[in-house]
Order: sequence, then C-alpha cells, then structure tokens
Amino acid sequence: MPRKLPGKDVVIIGLGWTGSILAHELTAAGLDVVAIERGPWRDTATDFPPSYAPDELRYRLHHELFLRPAQSTLTFRNNPSQTALPIRTWGAFMLGNGAGGAGVHWNAETWRFLPTDFTLRSHLTQRYGAAFLPEDMTIQDWGVTYDELEPYYDRFEHLCGTSGTAGNLRGVIQEGGNPFEGPRSRAYPTPAQKQPFSHTLFAQAAREMGYKPFPQPSGNLSQAYTNPLGVTLGPCTYCGFCEWFGCGNYSKASPQTTILPVLVRQPNFEARTECEVTRILLDSTGKRATGVVYADTSGEEWEQPADIVLLCAFSIFNVWLLMLSGIGERYDPQTGRGHIGRNFSHQTVSSAIGFFDRRKFNFNPFIASGAIGMCIDEFNGDNFDHSKLGFVGGGYMGQVQSNGRPMETTPVPPGTPLWGPEWKRAIRDNYLSTVFAGAGVHGSCYSYRGNYLDLDPTYRDRFGRPLLRLTMDLHENELKMSAFLTDRYAEIIQRMGATQVVKQPRKGPYSIVDYQTSHICGGAIMGSDPGSSAVNPWLQSWDVPNLFVFGMSAFPQNAGYNPTNTVAALAFRTAEAIRTQYLKNPGPLVHA
Amino acid sequence: MAGIARRRLLTTTAWLLCGAASARAMTVKGALPWAPGEADPPQPARPGPWVFFTPEEGADVEALADRLIPPDPDTPGGRDSGCAVFIDRQLAGAYGSYQGYYMRPPFQDGSKEQGMQSPVTPAQRYRAALAALDKHCRAAFAGKPFAQIPDDQKDAIIRGLESSSLQLDGSSGRAFFELLLKDTQHGFLADPIYGGNRDMAGWKMIGFPGARYDYRDWVERHNEPYPRPPMGIEGRPAWTPPRSQ
Repeated sequence: MPRKLPGKDVVIIGLGWTGSILAHELTAAGLDVVAIERGPWRDTATDFPPSYAPDELRYRLHHELFLRPAQSTLTFRNNPSQTALPIRTWGAFMLGNGAGGAGVHWNAETWRFLPTDFTLRSHLTQRYGAAFLPEDMTIQDWGVTYDELEPYYDRFEHLCGTSGTAGNLRGVIQEGGNPFEGPRSRAYPTPAQKQPFSHTLFAQAAREMGYKPFPQPSGNLSQAYTNPLGVTLGPCTYCGFCEWFGCGNYSKASPQTTILPVLVRQPNFEARTECEVTRILLDSTGKRATGVVYADTSGEEWEQPADIVLLCAFSIFNVWLLMLSGIGERYDPQTGRGHIGRNFSHQTVSSAIGFFDRRKFNFNPFIASGAIGMCIDEFNGDNFDHSKLGFVGGGYMGQVQSNGRPMETTPVPPGTPLWGPEWKRAIRDNYLSTVFAGAGVHGSCYSYRGNYLDLDPTYRDRFGRPLLRLTMDLHENELKMSAFLTDRYAEIIQRMGATQVVKQPRKGPYSIVDYQTSHICGGAIMGSDPGSSAVNPWLQSWDVPNLFVFGMSAFPQNAGYNPTNTVAALAFRTAEAIRTQYLKNPGPLVHA
Repeated sequence: MAGIARRRLLTTTAWLLCGAASARAMTVKGALPWAPGEADPPQPARPGPWVFFTPEEGADVEALADRLIPPDPDTPGGRDSGCAVFIDRQLAGAYGSYQGYYMRPPFQDGSKEQGMQSPVTPAQRYRAALAALDKHCRAAFAGKPFAQIPDDQKDAIIRGLESSSLQLDGSSGRAFFELLLKDTQHGFLADPIYGGNRDMAGWKMIGFPGARYDYRDWVERHNEPYPRPPMGIEGRPAWTPPRSQ
C-alpha cells in the first residue's frame, strides 16, 4: 500500500514546459501545488555550464540529458502483422526527462501554426471536397481557433523573449517576415538573430526565385531580455551546441531560464524529483481523480491526493498513464471505437545536402544556433494549391543548419568509401563548404486509422507495467508531399551555387532509427465533440473533469511546424480557464 | 563563507528524502537547490596502459584504426590520433555495457526499422570479434596477428568484414565492422578529453574550432576563414607551459 501524504490543491505530473507554466499560473492564483518529476533536478550551473556544455560525445552521442530507455521506453512495429519490439536506444525521436523536460535541450524554434491548421478537416473539405482526402486519413478540427489561441501564443513568446521578424501585424503584412502567418497582436519581443553565410545565401536564392524568405522565430535570443516574470536571459553566442544540449549562457528559453527561478520561491509550490508517477487514482465513480501514486528512487510508493490532477508528461507518456490508470476508452483500430491512443502522428522531415566548391565557399558551419535559419513558408499547410498535386499537407523549408559538430556533421558526397584515405580526404574537403540541414524540410504528418498507441503484451518497465506500443507507418500522402517539397528545396540549394545537390526525401517504411524530430503527437486528442476526442477544447478530460491533459498528445494531427509554441499557448489558455472558470465552479468547462 | 552558504541553503531548501533507501529523490522548495561543487564535469581519459583491452587487443585495434583512418603527410592516422585509446576508455565506461539502454528480454531480430535488438554489448562484441579476428589472422598468416600483417592484407580483411564475405567465428563480422568504424571515427573527432583526437588532429584537419562557445564576432563575417585555433574542454596544448625534459 502506498503511504498517503497530505492532500494538495493541485498535483502536476511532469515539470517540463507545460508543468512549469501551469505551476506558476496556479500558485499565483493561491493554490497549493506540487509537481512530481520522474527525472532529476537540472540547472545551468550544475548540469551544463559553458566550461563543459559543448561536449558532443556526452550529450549528443550518449544522450545524457534525455530519458534513458532503461527507465521508460515503448515498443514499435510498422503494422499489426509484426511483433512490436522495444526501442532499446532512441533514434527517430528523443524524449525529455528531468526538471525543464525537453525544454532544456530543444532547439527553441518558436513557430505558430497556421489558422487553417486548427480547422484542418473543415478547411480541406471545403476547398477540395471530402473525396480528396484518403479514406483512412483521420484528421480533424481542433476545437480551438487560431484567433482564440493568439493571445496565448503572444504570452509564450514574451515569456521566452522570442527573436524574430513579424510577418503579419494585426492584419498588415510586414516586409521581411512570414507573410503567411496568422495576424499577431504584437511584434516579437526581440529582433531576429544574425544569420551566418549559408543561411543568408539561402534567403538570397529564395528571394531571386520569387519566394519570401524570413528568419526562423528563435528562442535563442538576439539580445538580453527580461521577461514579464522578471527573469533575464542573455544574448546567444552562436556556439552551435543547442539541440540535445543545455545552454550554458542562459540564452535559450527554457523553464530554467524563464520560470523556475521565480516558481521555486513561491511558498505554495514544491517539486519532487526522481519520483515517477505510476498511476492516476480515481474514486469509486470513475469520474473523479483523487490524486496520483508515485515511486521514489528506493521504489517505495507514495499516494499524493489532490483536487486537480494536471497530466504534463511528455506527449506519449500522457497517453500511457491514461491507459495504465484506466481513464477513457482505449482506441480499437478495428472498430474505430475509443479515443485513448488514437491519431498518433509524428513529422515528415526531409532534406537536400548541397556540396559547394571549397575554393569559393567557406560556411563556417560551427557558427550557428538551434533556431538559426532563413525559411520560406510558401509550401506549408494549405498555403499552396494542392488540387493537382494528389496530396495534402506541407511544411516550412529553409537553411536551418544548427551546427557543425563534427561527429554528426561531416557529410561526404555519395559514392565516397566509408573508410580509408578517400573518406578522410572527403571530410576534410567538404566540412566547411557543405549545406547540411537535417530538417531542411519540416513537413507535416497527418493522422490515420492504423497509426495508434496501445499497451504491449510482452515488454514491461522496471515497475512491471506494460510498455506503450506504437504501431506506425508512413502513408502515400506524406511520401508524395515529401518528394514534392524536397524537390522545391533542392532547387533553392542548387540556386545558392551548389556543385552537387543530394536529395533526401522521406521514404517508407517509417523507421525508429533515423532522427526526424521529437514531435510525436496524438493519443489523447482534443476536440469539441466527446464522440471524437479524449479531451475538450480546454484540454479537460471528457471522462474525468478534474483531470487536464497537456502537450502534443492533444494534437489531432501534426502540422508542418515545431510544436512547442502551440503546446505552451494551449497550456496558458487552460491555466486561465482554470483560474477564471473552473475554480469558481469545478466541473466540466464544456457540457457534452 | 561556504558554511554560511550551506546554512542558508539548509534553511531555505527543504531536502526531504523520500524513503530510507533513497539517495536522490528530493523535494525542491523555497529556493533553487544549488550548492558549490555540485557540477559534474566529464572525467578525462588518463594516459597509461590499456584499461579494457589486453595488449594484443589494443595493438590490433590500433592497427585497425590506422587503416580506417590512415596517416597522411598532413594529419596522423587513427593510431597516432589516439582512436584506440578512446575506444578502450569508452568500452571500460558506461558505453561498453550499453548503460541506459533498455536491455530486458526477450531479444529477437526485427526489421531494420525497429532498430538495435541485440543483447550483445559493445564490450562483449569487441572481445569476441577481436578473438575471432586474431584466430583468423594467425591461421591465415603463419601465426601472425592482425597488427603484424601487411597493410594490403589488413585492408582486404576489413573489406571482407564490411561486405560480410569474411565471417568471424561466433561473431558477426559486419556488426563488428559497423561498431568499430563508428567508434574509430568518433575517436578521431570527439573532444580530446576522451583520449582520441590527440592534439586536436581531427579538428585541425577539417577546420572545426572545438569548444569555443562564442562566435558573436564572426557570425556576420561571411565567407571569411575563422582565424583562431581549436580548443577543447580542457583548453589547448599552447596554454600549458612546456615541461622541462
């Protein structure tokens, strides 16, 4: 029997971006809040100071800041005819762990989704007709609109100090920004970052081809910034050790650099680290959460009662905890019934490597930041006419190369032997003069009937709980999209003056080995109809109204952007609803 | 001074151990949990004898590394840049046992999309493959180990492992080739603190300035070579006064 602790107003599962945002908003409202975090406490001075933060082996190759699969992982198969096998080491995506969550080691690309992304099925059906969509594509509207979310996008950008150039200020298109973005109420809080040579060259080539390039919105700051909480971030130094790494300069927006220094001083907040929630408890009606059970590092179990339970773990682990706790009906791909585990999606990333004449081009690829880059958005979402293309979706593309770290960024031309003098010469001759953006094309991934999460029948975690099982494959729609977008991207790289361009469109089957992005979505999706969603537009469980489920697990499908700004905006919006509506009248915020 | 800081920490931060056997689970409340000396810098690979390899294994890995990355007039090869030392220290550490990997059974082969499914750790794979390689070489080359056969024969063996045309007793030659190649290249390009990339030979060859961490002065100096030499986490040799002989 777990030992029962004194009750709290709010228990938060996971202290990443959403957990930190919610904890700060609700302690400010006077609630007594405890956050239970399965990973360690992490901070700049102790975990990634500038003296040893730039360590590619430790952080990139050995995954030091990430969740270790020995602690938690999932199994994977492409289709139900296969036996799912455990992901023994991370590949296609990297999952966060510890205080700050994935906010510690993200690149800090801080995009907004397009207005039409939130009304995707309605919009595409209206423009192209229902028959245009593949029969097994299960995309749907979010139940929230861009206009409803805009004030909260603005809040997150001003929390982080995001550096960028506005493209649409209150409906007026701005020179130098992204003309396709939805209207924003304010400009970015800080100007765009400076751009290195190859990124600038990409913008020049794109402009010559009639596109409208703009700087990628970046949470690596162009200048020092003090946020509304009074926390100050420093200017980015373009060190090239951003994604997979913590920032030693306090210049990448993270919970550590924006919220936690203020949050931990609140007398009504506490965090318990290296404590893993094993299940959410329900009362006898099954309609009310009474708290959580967690295990500490000794394996001892504790019960933490609370009036409100906020599920803020990393995406798929939200889904896992819902299943392990028996909350909601699990999705059955045969009948289509149930919503927990439905509509898993990821990303469709591709690229084109450009090899340039080293006598004319020196890109100094090591001068970069995580969210550096010049991008175009002409081929994202429904910004272009799909009617003759035979697919839907899209993505942004750009020279977004974030590093020249040599263990992973020493590209060689096709046909180079894997070893020996030719390989050695090739890395020497190409390192400084190659454009090599792993996610040059950042494509959407829509959802399908056959892509889903459930529980594995064989493999278990250290507590004996069944692992989550992922069944996922790429569909023709995404493969066609990737081929089309990669061709457009390669044209721009060619125009930059490359002597050889190597296209790398995404090919099936979906693989768990090659890194794409860590943007794994769905499984507890939001919507305005309890018949087709797990949580309502306030991220409140339809089944258990004192339980809210945050993060990408709520995305009905993934758009062609990085998700963090949208994840955080949804969290701010729900925090406000809890403060202004739920606390006055605890119960469903939307009546089914 | 340290005593004052410590006392303040204890009064503002409650470190509640959750359970008697728990050393690490803790409660953070009132202030950021920070104390001097808590940082966790990397452990430098120290010079000296092999830690994981036997002398014979070490000699063979040096010879293999020197064919995978051969020396040339400008840059040393895998042996003199310390790749085998790097691999030795890595195998003796967390990497050698796949620490942090999910290693629960059952193990079964899957599709390549399902990724690594072998129960064999890097340390086990090196040990078995190097023994099998030694046996093969001594049988084929009149009792000589890999390190002592001619370079063209070494290359032929490596090509055999790469193409799977050469099978090693009880060990996958291709899997060993892939592991060895990756580790050797990492040893050539990782921070010198880990024992490879000696004198930053790999970084100097490609033009990577290492762990510099601040390029604000050069970000907009487009197409201009970066002027400063590389440095590692421990600095660079020029910072250390020359030792008297």
